[in-house]
Amino acid sequence: MKRLLTIVSLLFAVLALPVVAQDSGWRYGPTLSEASGDPHPEGNEYMRKFHMELMKHDRDMTLRDGEREIDASLKQCFDCHTVKDERTGDPVTYDDERHFCRTCHDFVSVKVDCFTCHRSTPEGFNEPSPLHARLLDLGASPEFEMVESFITSLETSSDQ
Amino acid sequence: MSPKDNFVLPDLPENPSRRNFFKSGAAAVTLTLAPGITVMAFGGTAASAAGADAGKRWGLLIDVNKCAKDCTACVTACKDENGWAGYGDPEQNSQWIRKVTMRNKATGHETEMPVMCQHCEDPPCVDVCPTGASFKRVDGIVLVDKHTCIGCRYCMMACPFKARSFVHEPVNNQKPHAPRGQGTVESCTLCVHRVDKGQIPACVEACDATGHGAMVFGDLNDPASDISKALASYPSVALRPDLDLNPGVRYANL
Repeated sequence: MKRLLTIVSLLFAVLALPVVAQDSGWRYGPTLSEASGDPHPEGNEYMRKFHMELMKHDRDMTLRDGEREIDASLKQCFDCHTVKDERTGDPVTYDDERHFCRTCHDFVSVKVDCFTCHRSTPEGFNEPSPLHARLLDLGASPEFEMVESFITSLETSSDQ
Repeated sequence: MSPKDNFVLPDLPENPSRRNFFKSGAAAVTLTLAPGITVMAFGGTAASAAGADAGKRWGLLIDVNKCAKDCTACVTACKDENGWAGYGDPEQNSQWIRKVTMRNKATGHETEMPVMCQHCEDPPCVDVCPTGASFKRVDGIVLVDKHTCIGCRYCMMACPFKARSFVHEPVNNQKPHAPRGQGTVESCTLCVHRVDKGQIPACVEACDATGHGAMVFGDLNDPASDISKALASYPSVALRPDLDLNPGVRYANL
């Protein structure tokens, strides 16, 4: 009985933790860079969850229907969210882990491929390298290395 | 129950401040017949005010006689406008528009002309595309949706004009209005971003600026447009007329 009580009380403590955390201002998540400009009318919570839906919907409208007076274009994100390097003052590209898309997407382990075709900095800035626009980064991915080492092990075992 | 059944795409909540689905909704009439069945009607002016207009068919007329030898103003303008100037292997670089020289073997007479996507009415590239990435807008402009292009290059095989290019290398510093990247196919967009703003394509503007005036851009469906008047007053041909593709790009004095 005592054991059960301990488990239940522990469970409650764990469940209550996020509330306590929120009250104290602490939040589990990536450190976001500060944005300029007016906040999104939909609210930040909405944008965090649905920004991809908005962009996907509006990209089809622009490309397929030629509707260019849209509010959620990728280009517009850069108006407020561009992160600049403190030393040089230049906007950082998607190659840099401080890039505003990467701060969250790295945290949730989601790789977006927008920037293989779209520029990852505001218009006018000369992006130094096209490395962030590689289609596949096979050489650097742990999965690829795993597969590669597996194939190598097969080859060596067949040699024997 | 498969794991897929648990995955539900979130609905977009209504938000009239920004998510105004039909932007030209001023003249839209919605009639709900029964739950789940909705009829929508749009006033002609409101629907055509924004985006591609189904009543138009954009076209180009190129007067080969006026196209000057060694002039590459249209090609340079296109490169600058759409940012496809290549680096790396010149044999792999994209060509949205190129100057083609034709030589009459009997007489030795040489003709030069620009060739780009011919924006066919029945585009073979759209027929063969396995993903629907290659498509024709309602106003006749043929484009590649790079979001769905898988880079199979079937459209490049199908195109009789060799108008499409494949991007082999990673690209940076794209123009915001002309995204392009490794692993996708691209071609002349008839400067769709300019046309949507009521401007003319960059190549036509550059040709006019040189004083040659070899290119005319306009609406083929409008009998009062410059291009329609020109087409009506002197002979012109389509490239590969045997294929019956009815291209939007026409050539005069060829």
